[in-house]
Amino acid sequence: MNNEALIAKLKAIVAPYIQDEEAFKNLSEDTDFVKDLKINSANLVDIILDIEDEFDIRLENEDMEQMLDVKSAMNIVTSKLNN
Amino acid sequence: MKSRVVITGMGVVAPNGVGISQFTEALKKGTSGITFHQELKDLNFSCQIGGVPNIPHELKSNYFTDLQLRGFNSSGILYGCIAGVDAWKDAGFDVNPESDLDYDTGLIFGTGTSGVEKFREAIYKLDDGKVKRLGSTVVLQTMASGVSAYLSGMLGLGNQVTTNSSACTTGTEGVLMGYDRIKSGKAKRMLVGSCSDHGPYVWGGFDAMRVMTYKHNENPEKGSRPMSASASGFVPGSGAGALVLESLENALERGATIYAEVLGGEVNSGGQRQGGTLTAPNPEAVQRCIKNAIKNSEINSNEIDVINGHLTATTKDALEIENWTKAFGRKHNDFPFINSTKSLVGHCLAAAGAIECVASIIQLNAQFVAPNINCEDLHSEIKTLIASEKIPIQKLDLDFNIIAKASFGFGDVNACVVFSKFKD
Repeated sequence: MNNEALIAKLKAIVAPYIQDEEAFKNLSEDTDFVKDLKINSANLVDIILDIEDEFDIRLENEDMEQMLDVKSAMNIVTSKLNN
Repeated sequence: MKSRVVITGMGVVAPNGVGISQFTEALKKGTSGITFHQELKDLNFSCQIGGVPNIPHELKSNYFTDLQLRGFNSSGILYGCIAGVDAWKDAGFDVNPESDLDYDTGLIFGTGTSGVEKFREAIYKLDDGKVKRLGSTVVLQTMASGVSAYLSGMLGLGNQVTTNSSACTTGTEGVLMGYDRIKSGKAKRMLVGSCSDHGPYVWGGFDAMRVMTYKHNENPEKGSRPMSASASGFVPGSGAGALVLESLENALERGATIYAEVLGGEVNSGGQRQGGTLTAPNPEAVQRCIKNAIKNSEINSNEIDVINGHLTATTKDALEIENWTKAFGRKHNDFPFINSTKSLVGHCLAAAGAIECVASIIQLNAQFVAPNINCEDLHSEIKTLIASEKIPIQKLDLDFNIIAKASFGFGDVNACVVFSKFKD
């Protein structure tokens, strides 16, 4: 899966949780989930579950701790998919 | 002088009507909200009927964000938030996520248990080793104070925000807790209410105790029969009621509509002594609760015009009537009018007190006594205590001033509140 397709998928996953429409419109690899999209930190666990379902992967606590922005999410998903 | 406390807003989610206007119509017409539930039959319930409010999906999104509704499975919180927000708006306030924090208003919203269906979902996942997959809202939906947490955030309330729980007295107790807080000067305004989930996981324990009727599965609307000779157990219900209580000064200052005044009340417990048990009331404590409610309201028992009873349609109805007659020192033709809202909505458990307080104030405000359906065959013991015309089976238009509402609950707990028409 190329980066663009991956970002599009992640964008759809985080859409229900975002609180900042402007930052969401301009979502890029550098977008931070909490700082930019203003996602309630409690919802990060829901995003993890949605990512697990979408890509049929399992994420560990360590993965979740790192998954704070789009880029880290892409890296983790890509590495899981390649395993 | 201690401040007087008045009611300036109401909201209700009842099996026979959602919103004050629908519910008022249902009370006037004697419309039953009891229906047959195939799910209960499939699960081998003896009682396969119950009261469940009708909430279409579109209505949910008027109160909750799409995000809040993701994975949402707590009917009590749903009902409580709808009733609470409606009461708040009815009192003349906005609901705005950006509103200033309101330190003058508190919230006491009770429940028996919260989000049992969500809890069931969680237990299945958890037992399957998938605790990580519970999501972020299991705690919020299943903690007892979940309804207060959701609701206070919607309204931005900054005074005491809590949840009380005292079985079927919960809602009536909550009214008195809010009243006390305003009386003591600690809050200007209190949103009070209670809610209860619907469904087999709340009702199952009662079915197992054989305290719900199994004789009316073919004829649901005839099932809830308080005070009837053929009463054979209660019909389970669900929903929520909510009231905005406010100091009189405050209500007058902002020109609020005043529905009624809370004159006073009492809560106590029978301590499971003198005939009281975990499930049965101590009659002496019930009478004392009613007497003290009258005393605290600074009225005389002969000033009570109407009673909205607890009256569930179990074998204890006659005992309750006897307790009222003794506490008031009034019998036969001298007894006030009395009805049970449960004949129309079933026993809404933790929500019962709040829904029935709302029903009491609607009747007081619109000057009628709602029909007590399904008791054409009045129980013979009750006939020996009070005149049968004191239990209207048709809507009765009545000019009256004062209504008493009592609720009694498992654990031998009692609450009685007295409402009066507001007079300056």
